[in-house]
Amino acid sequence: MPDAPRILYCHCQYAQVVPPEVKEAVLKQLSDSGVSFDAVADLCEMSARQDPSLKRLADGGPVKIAACFPRAVKWLFHTAKADLPLDTAEVLNMRVQSAEEITAALFNGAVQPNLPKGKVTATDAPKVVA
Amino acid sequence: MSLTTAATLRVVLYEGTDSPPLASTDRFSALTALLEKGFAVTRAVAGGRVAPHERGSLLVLGQFAGRTPEAEGVTAGTTVHFQDITGLDAARIADAAEAVQAETGAARHGEWKPWFPVIDYDRCTNCMQCLSFCLFGVYGVDEQNKIQAQNHDNCKTNCPACSRVCPEAAIMFPKYKAGPINGDVVQDSDMGKEKMKIDISSLLGGDVYSQLRQRSDAAKARFSKERDDKKALAERQKCLTKLAQGGDIPMEVLMNLPAPEEILRRAEEAKAKAQAALAAQTK
Repeated sequence: MPDAPRILYCHCQYAQVVPPEVKEAVLKQLSDSGVSFDAVADLCEMSARQDPSLKRLADGGPVKIAACFPRAVKWLFHTAKADLPLDTAEVLNMRVQSAEEITAALFNGAVQPNLPKGKVTATDAPKVVA
Repeated sequence: MSLTTAATLRVVLYEGTDSPPLASTDRFSALTALLEKGFAVTRAVAGGRVAPHERGSLLVLGQFAGRTPEAEGVTAGTTVHFQDITGLDAARIADAAEAVQAETGAARHGEWKPWFPVIDYDRCTNCMQCLSFCLFGVYGVDEQNKIQAQNHDNCKTNCPACSRVCPEAAIMFPKYKAGPINGDVVQDSDMGKEKMKIDISSLLGGDVYSQLRQRSDAAKARFSKERDDKKALAERQKCLTKLAQGGDIPMEVLMNLPAPEEILRRAEEAKAKAQAALAAQTK
């Protein structure tokens, strides 16, 4: 049986761009879920620091990330010299998706890869899966 | 110490063998308090999967009830600290983490708002417009003369100006309010919008640096004739307000720009770097 995807949650601590009620609800459900997960205060800060734990997250196989826009997350990891695997990484967007959508996706086991591959425009962007 | 060389501390909230789980509300409060202090926190349960830890400092929190667990699978170069959190509330748990942070010399968080350009290399054409534009030395090139953001902490908080000079909408600021600068998908219509393909200098009616030079010369002439500092300041503010409104650049950034002569010097320097990088590409 393949390993379950790991989970990474970003608290976006140093900006008010993620609705606080979404962040709180996602973190609460993760906290109550009984699963192991990694939570970071701010992915942008870790990217700027080139924090080595991003490299280990990127290299560790399937991963689901609750953060912001997939395009931003993809290149934040690249900035940290930790490219995410395009075929086994799924980014849930707390800026636009509901907490229910995000937690359902986090806990459903199957990774729905949605990082942009190449120069993506609105017409060929992956659709958000509810 | 630079951003990339500072040591880091990872906190593990361990609930497994010899450390019974916290109550739901206590766990959530502890996680929130640690995240709000800027820590990276791993919630680890028996059999769960999290990112491994290979170097730096690790603080393991658990309800150990006086027993000190043995660290397993710890690689060389990692220092492990244990903290029994039995009976501690969230604030005291965060305090304990901060004490270890200070003891280990790990980077403190929150002293710098992480605002910096993130380049989408799927879109970037390496045209060097950003390098040529930025007056603060944020951009540079790597050994292959590929553009990169090198000095993140030089970037001016909340200023997205360089993303607006990028002809390919390849520069993101993930904490920006709106797309595509925040990382949202680039719409075809974005590429057609004046705001996305703008040469910011056009906001001032032409080349920004020649405008500044002209304004500087005009100001000097005015000073010599009138010694009217207020009028000169009003002129500069008028110019900056136009730039702030057009490019959504914080006024405080514009008001803190150096004198026109220094801007010109920096602009020439940035332009020379960009030209050198472009020339190297064609070799």
